[in-house]
Amino acid sequence: MTFTAPNRRGFLKASAALAGTSALGVLPAASFADGKLTVGFIYVGPRDDFGYNQAHAEGAAAVKAMQGVSVVEEENVSESVDVQKSMESMINFDGASLLFPTSFGYFDPHILEVAPKFPEVRFQHAAGLWQADMHPSNVGSYFGYIGLGQYLNGIVAGHMTASGKLGFVAAKPIPQVLQNINSFLLGARQVNPAITCQVIFTGEWSLAVKEAEATNALADAGCDIITCHVDGPKVVMETAAARGCFICGYHADQTPLAPGKYLTGAEWNWPGVYTRMVQTVIDGGTIPNFDRGGLAEGYIKMSPLGPAVTDAARKHFETTKAEMMKGGFAAYEGPLMDNKGSQILGAGQVFLETDIALESMDYLVEGVIGTTS
Amino acid sequence: MAATDRATGWWKESRFSPDGWLAALARRSEAIAIPVGALLAGLAAFSLFLFALGKAPAEFYALVYKAAFGTWFSWQNTLSRTAPLLLAALCVALPARLGLVVIGGEGAIVLGGLTCGALAGGLSGFHSTVAIPVLTVAGAAAAGIWVGAVAALRHYRGVNETIASLLTAYIAIALMNHLVEGPLRDPASLNKPSTAPLAAHLRIGDIPGWDVHWGLIVGVLGCLLSWVLIERTTWGFAARIVGGNPRAAQIQGLPLARLILGFTALGGAFAGLAGVFEVAAVHGSANASLAAGYGYTGILIAFLARHNPLAIIPVTILLAGFEASSGLVQRRMDLPDATVLVLQGFTFVAILVSESLYGRFRMFAPERWSLPR
Amino acid sequence: MNEADIGLWAVPLAILAGAIRVSTPFLFVSLGEVLTERSGRINLGLEGTLVFGAMSGYAVAYLTALPWIGVLAAALAGSLFGLFHGLVCSLPRVNDIAIGIALMLLGTGLAYFFGKPYIQPVAPDLPAINFGWWSDLPQVQVALRVNVLFLIGILLAGLLWWMFRATRIGLLIRVVGDSTDAARAMGLKPAFIRTLATAAGGAFAGVAGAYLSLFYPGSWSEGISSGQGLMAVALVIFARWNPIACFWVAILFGGTGALGPALQSAGIPGGYYLFYAAPYVLTLGLLIATSSPTRAMAGAPGELSISK
Repeated sequence: MTFTAPNRRGFLKASAALAGTSALGVLPAASFADGKLTVGFIYVGPRDDFGYNQAHAEGAAAVKAMQGVSVVEEENVSESVDVQKSMESMINFDGASLLFPTSFGYFDPHILEVAPKFPEVRFQHAAGLWQADMHPSNVGSYFGYIGLGQYLNGIVAGHMTASGKLGFVAAKPIPQVLQNINSFLLGARQVNPAITCQVIFTGEWSLAVKEAEATNALADAGCDIITCHVDGPKVVMETAAARGCFICGYHADQTPLAPGKYLTGAEWNWPGVYTRMVQTVIDGGTIPNFDRGGLAEGYIKMSPLGPAVTDAARKHFETTKAEMMKGGFAAYEGPLMDNKGSQILGAGQVFLETDIALESMDYLVEGVIGTTS
Repeated sequence: MAATDRATGWWKESRFSPDGWLAALARRSEAIAIPVGALLAGLAAFSLFLFALGKAPAEFYALVYKAAFGTWFSWQNTLSRTAPLLLAALCVALPARLGLVVIGGEGAIVLGGLTCGALAGGLSGFHSTVAIPVLTVAGAAAAGIWVGAVAALRHYRGVNETIASLLTAYIAIALMNHLVEGPLRDPASLNKPSTAPLAAHLRIGDIPGWDVHWGLIVGVLGCLLSWVLIERTTWGFAARIVGGNPRAAQIQGLPLARLILGFTALGGAFAGLAGVFEVAAVHGSANASLAAGYGYTGILIAFLARHNPLAIIPVTILLAGFEASSGLVQRRMDLPDATVLVLQGFTFVAILVSESLYGRFRMFAPERWSLPR
Repeated sequence: MNEADIGLWAVPLAILAGAIRVSTPFLFVSLGEVLTERSGRINLGLEGTLVFGAMSGYAVAYLTALPWIGVLAAALAGSLFGLFHGLVCSLPRVNDIAIGIALMLLGTGLAYFFGKPYIQPVAPDLPAINFGWWSDLPQVQVALRVNVLFLIGILLAGLLWWMFRATRIGLLIRVVGDSTDAARAMGLKPAFIRTLATAAGGAFAGVAGAYLSLFYPGSWSEGISSGQGLMAVALVIFARWNPIACFWVAILFGGTGALGPALQSAGIPGGYYLFYAAPYVLTLGLLIATSSPTRAMAGAPGELSISK
């Protein structure tokens, strides 16, 4: 569906007419410079889910504390007409000129649909693959190399596992998730190349009972360290800890859920990233349309190591982390095979953390038990 | 003697006579006055709820009105949400006229959308005037057959349609997920598994000058046609007899099988159309976002409208308006997103309870006007 | 931990464990609905009651640190929803199915509305009994960790079956459910009995919710239910209003629900969405196999709006 000029004009005319009676038709002014910036955040689930949405909401809270910025938020907005109208509503009613619609699924088609209608509003999207020749210039995509966090999780897990079997509860076999699974195992294999990782897909981003069943199935199969990639890791963490497994967190810090069993976790670090982006806008600068960063750039961070982590594990973790802080880390080194026997990387080849090929991953590496379909 | 004559004559002649225009108006206005009164009562009850929580009801309703109906944009917002719900409600209302409780409209929506997404690739070589009607009919037909099969099971096998339709809805969603992530997946749909995107000329656009797609017009037409079918054709008359008493209908030689299958399949086809519009007008490809819960909302709408296709239109607009206001209420009053769910619960319970008030008010019953109180 | 590898045996074991873990909410909701429907009313809103029960049970358990008080609170909240449904449907011309759907919305809405502060805190779980002490295999031990509510559910199924068959209360409910006229002729008050039956049914659904939030999966979140309440209400028709059959149907649903994760973990590749749909496919198949056009509504209470 292409956006056509009459729509826009009709909208302006009608708003202007209605604005006569009240201050309803607040139009999005390019208000970066006038001292008051309104930033909108939209979440796909509840913002205190111990997971994806909470990580973004923590970023929003940091933005809220900035001078001259007001923040508007909406939670539980589905990836449909809902989110399109939420974005437009924030622009029309609240005068928001910088939006963070945070869910994967918001990008195509919803942000791409709305952005051309509001060229003076900036749309910042997590994880989207913005391409200059295809996408509007007022859209930007940013993301962190969270796979490196899962790699560090894997290193600690590799030291701590007794059975040599790790478990991974995953939502859907998409590149982001596959990369986390692979990185987790590759980290563990730095410790012991015989370690395997069993993956179970639940098929949904948030489905409590199935996540619990998947975690139990992993524990039954002998996995003694479990991590996950679902929207809210609370159920997986609690179930795994109750089964006596160690847990590695994801998205946000889940230490309070099982302090004795929590080893460490791969977390987003959105407060730093978001305040930096908002400051750029306030200062009149431009946020890059395509923006990525890892540990060194402060896009991701690790949860504090838990009390159970051994000294050997701690040492290995710290050295690798220090290595990553230098930037340009390569978690994927050849020779590397996928779990169907095809070669991914030849000897001497690597994928650096910045390699865009990682963002279209469609395989599980050798040692992962599971299939991508 | 003369006085009595004059009095009767006066009653006969005047607008207060049971045959006069005022009487006709009174009879008709009951069906409007009672639900509107109930709606106001429900809103009043919800005011108390808000008041108890220390929130200002006046501010709340002002925001709901503003976000749902107060501006041109608000109407666009409300009406875009209306489109799929009209069609979803017909999937419940049509079979209900025959006494069937079908609650699986969600499956029909998903299947209609999936069919559209799956066939679009093969039709991209055809002109849109050929391809779009084919896609639309195919999506409607697939959903009609799917839901019609439930009616067939009911009629020929005695399988209860309520449970069968719910089970088939879950099966349809699983099928869609399986196909969209497996055989039908577009390899380019990286982080959001989808079918291949519809070619630009196969997309269904907006109503000119509006920001609402053509599904709204089709939904309204669907309601009008369904009303004509039920109230103005022999088929509809026969269906109402079946709904009143299936055994009597069979004795009278009505084609029970054709009626049950026909009405249920037609309802399914309407829901399938909703899915087609979701894909062709909103999402651009079939993916998991198709299962957005419209089918379940449709059940509520149909029952609130007492399965009257004409009443479905205002009920849907009201419900969509409430949903459209959710965001602004969250942002301005710091109320949770579930506030609108509670508001809907209050008002809809009030409207349903008001059904027991029909026939209780003298002013709506002209034949009782001359009777002593 | 040092768990033995039990290979493909994991699959039947997971089905058993799943049947025990996952079935309880289905069992409670469907038993509650049997009670309600036997009296001649349908309460389609038990999904909302279940979600509210999950929230209120979790909140109270967290605030008092006593999980059983949470279960009681959930039962109380559920009975209030049921009582409301029962009273409102006693008014003339009020449609019980429609009120149920509206209450589903209201119950869910209220649970989300008041449940926000309880998503983060950790409430104490309900205790379980280890029936697997005899085994050396940790998998077996875990599979046989049975929650008391499951056992109570089995007892209740038997009790309700006996009640409908052999007690005066059961007879009263059945008479009221089969014919309002006959009940009136016997001097009974159908609306009163139906209201009580609906309130009791609501309490059952509340407990089902508390099981979800306080035992398995054992936390409160807005996605806790995924439609168990609605499904369980529909399953009552499949169980033909027989409490014992409700138990078997719940077991079937719980057991086949475990199939998806178990098969993946046993290394059966691909098609997991189809395995996850197993409970629905199997139920539909059994439903078609056991139905017949001549006895479409055998066992259905005569006053039920879907059987009239």
